Amino acid sequence: MSEVVVIGAGPAGLAAALAARAAGSRVVVLDASDYVGGQYWRHLPPERPARHESLLHHGWSRFQSLREALEGDSGCEVVTSANVWAIDRGRIHVLVGEADGVDRETRVYEPDALVLATGAFDRVLPVPGWDLPGVFSAGGAQALAKGERVAVGKRVAVAGSGPFLLPVAESLVHAGSGVVGVYEASHAARLARQWTTRPWELLATSAKTLELARYASTLARHRIPYVTGHAVTAIEGSERVESVTVSAVDGSWRPIAGSERSLEVDAVCLGHGFTPRLELAIAAGCRLTKDRFVDVDDEQRTSVASVFAAGEITGIGGVDLALVEGSLAGHVAAGGRLSDPAMRRLRLRRHALSQFAQRLGRAHGIGQNWTTWLTDETIVCRCEDVTLARLRAATDSTRSSGLRSLKLLTRAGLGPCQGRVCGRSVEAILGRVSDSRSADSSITDRRPIAVPIRLGELAAVERPGSVVE
Amino acid sequence: MKVLIIGAGIIGAACARSLARRGATVTVVDRGAVASGTSAACEGNLLVSDKAPGVELELAKYSLELWGSLRDELAAEIGTAFASIEYERKGGVVVASDEPGAEALARFADSQRLAGVDARQLSATEARVLEPELSASIASAVYYPEDAQVQPTIATEALLASARAAGAQVVADTSVTGALRERDGRLVGVTTSNGSIAADHVIVAAGPWSGDVARSLGATLYVGPRKGLLLVMARMPQRIWHKVYDTSYVGAVQSDERDLQTSTVIESTASGTVLIGSSRQNVGFDGSIDVAVLREMAAKAIRLMPFLRDASVIRAYGGFRPFSRDHLPVIGPDPDVAGLWYATGHEGAGIGLALGTAELLAATLVGESPRLSLDPFAPGRASLRGTA
Repeated sequence: MSEVVVIGAGPAGLAAALAARAAGSRVVVLDASDYVGGQYWRHLPPERPARHESLLHHGWSRFQSLREALEGDSGCEVVTSANVWAIDRGRIHVLVGEADGVDRETRVYEPDALVLATGAFDRVLPVPGWDLPGVFSAGGAQALAKGERVAVGKRVAVAGSGPFLLPVAESLVHAGSGVVGVYEASHAARLARQWTTRPWELLATSAKTLELARYASTLARHRIPYVTGHAVTAIEGSERVESVTVSAVDGSWRPIAGSERSLEVDAVCLGHGFTPRLELAIAAGCRLTKDRFVDVDDEQRTSVASVFAAGEITGIGGVDLALVEGSLAGHVAAGGRLSDPAMRRLRLRRHALSQFAQRLGRAHGIGQNWTTWLTDETIVCRCEDVTLARLRAATDSTRSSGLRSLKLLTRAGLGPCQGRVCGRSVEAILGRVSDSRSADSSITDRRPIAVPIRLGELAAVERPGSVVE
Repeated sequence: MKVLIIGAGIIGAACARSLARRGATVTVVDRGAVASGTSAACEGNLLVSDKAPGVELELAKYSLELWGSLRDELAAEIGTAFASIEYERKGGVVVASDEPGAEALARFADSQRLAGVDARQLSATEARVLEPELSASIASAVYYPEDAQVQPTIATEALLASARAAGAQVVADTSVTGALRERDGRLVGVTTSNGSIAADHVIVAAGPWSGDVARSLGATLYVGPRKGLLLVMARMPQRIWHKVYDTSYVGAVQSDERDLQTSTVIESTASGTVLIGSSRQNVGFDGSIDVAVLREMAAKAIRLMPFLRDASVIRAYGGFRPFSRDHLPVIGPDPDVAGLWYATGHEGAGIGLALGTAELLAATLVGESPRLSLDPFAPGRASLRGTA
């Protein structure tokens, strides 16, 4: 019986595991969190469940059935607190145990097939003042709301771009925060163009549109304005957030002079879309698309033999698409065929959902002139305290230069987060003055050591991991 | 005189500065970004400690002297606002872990002292005064106060900025595709992915890719890649004060082994991180980060400095050293193609040897007499002509 390792226990990974089991493989699911579910189905730990978890989570029953099917299956091992720190020529190197624990176990897996379902993290563009306490990433605020039931503030502004702002606002409301407004930088006209020019594509995804309609009604019920064509362009406060400046922005996200107004708030949630977690795919040798997602074919195969990818790392598409892609990837990874009857419906559904995802992407894509709301003093890399002025000085003094060299000149992206927060922003800022990035354009995603590992753990002999019989 | 330099790494940058400041019209061309190859994937070692008496040591001593005055020169040439090249004459401590190693190290240091290197024999106790975190089980050490370090990528950028201030041009993202030859065979320029560039002299400073570039220009040179990996530890309060090596580093540098070798080099950087090296592998341009190699490096580093066991590795990177089979740099004219010159093959010592290499080559090109003879580094020597 073949062995399939799935990295990531979010929607795509769990669906892949279930499909691979159904197709006859033994399966190991590895996830860095303490509990399965991923970012999407983040929830309270089972020992203190929320009473209305199902109301807080889209597709909660689907999650429960996936989890129960896998947990009750002796052919599937789910390993939580499992950090994959390297992939080297088909060998998957894993640390198992609490991140700050002293006795993490080191394991290595060499499966017949690998499904990468590492998902995405939310992207936050720098804004003057974004380093003040009280500023949260939209995903971080949602995690606090959904995972800890913590309200991040009493008067919260939600800003950025993308449909994700809506469930974030909803989670905040459920956790007891007041939301003063949701500010979407894209313009209503652009949103409308992508939402209605191809109505037939919406038919197959009516659940999606219903979901969006539900968010809209939540906002209306709580009298939360949803304002398009506006962005939080500055955050003010002495010790922590006290107010934000909201500006109208043009189609390229350049703030329109004179449109600024100040809003009193005690917290801000920023979300400007998502960045795929690519380091393990890159370490495995997978080719990327020009938009920097993992390149996959109809069977969810990457450019590397026996390595599959599903979910957000192949394109930001949301939970429904991730579930479908995961099922297809797991089925084929376990030796199934795309032409099998059970796959036909999934293939059709993937097509419709990815059309929908592409339209969302076009509607909410980041405007190229967002950098104009930065000031010289705005910190771009928070780990290393690198300001915009320092980045610009480096590019001015060296003129044509590569990203790697500029990172070393300024130390942007070299701190503990290894560029996960600032990497793409730094690229965007440097891109304005430097065109010579072609040789190393993917470098902020390349992290051969995917998570920090203690030198002693690196030196230790690894135990071969294998699937339970 | 028009000079074209192929390669915008540390060697090309140093040559550009030395030539531009002598009045040559210099163009530097690189197929990628500035300092995007070996010069961005190394430690920035300026060492005498790992060199046996001989021509390379003489070049190293000359080069280290030039590095010592570079910071002040750059301040005059490009101003003080430019990022610091992080030059630090921090010294090196070579550690022997057992008695046979200690004897070999003492003999090696004796020979270096005769060649004018400041090499100070230390007992284990004395070594732990310099480096308190050294393992209690070491046998002895030798202290080399002349060993120094720079941030190699910033140094490359600074040298190029200086060259530009003296009139040089830097053309990035442009690949050399072939030669422009006179009827008599003399090289008078190159064709590139962005048109032709005419030159009186063409210098190949393409590091591990120099053999490939030479071939594209119709010449033969055996200089190829020797892979190395480095580990970067998270920032920590400073506990390591010098460059610390085990004695096998000296052996590895001089070695011809094709298989994997690892030898320990540990040091703190100006930014507070700790670098752990090093490995040497002849595996072509396979850039993968080999976990088995990292494991061996980690184990050896812990043996030398046990406290590192609990420090976190946050990054690993790899690069290719320009490898010549006799471990000597290649500096001078091609024996067959007039107008073609080389400054390459420095293996793991390219940062340290860059300034001396550039001065010798520039002096020769403009007709001055170089401070050291280039004969031992001649591109015509037999080991560079074969392809085995």
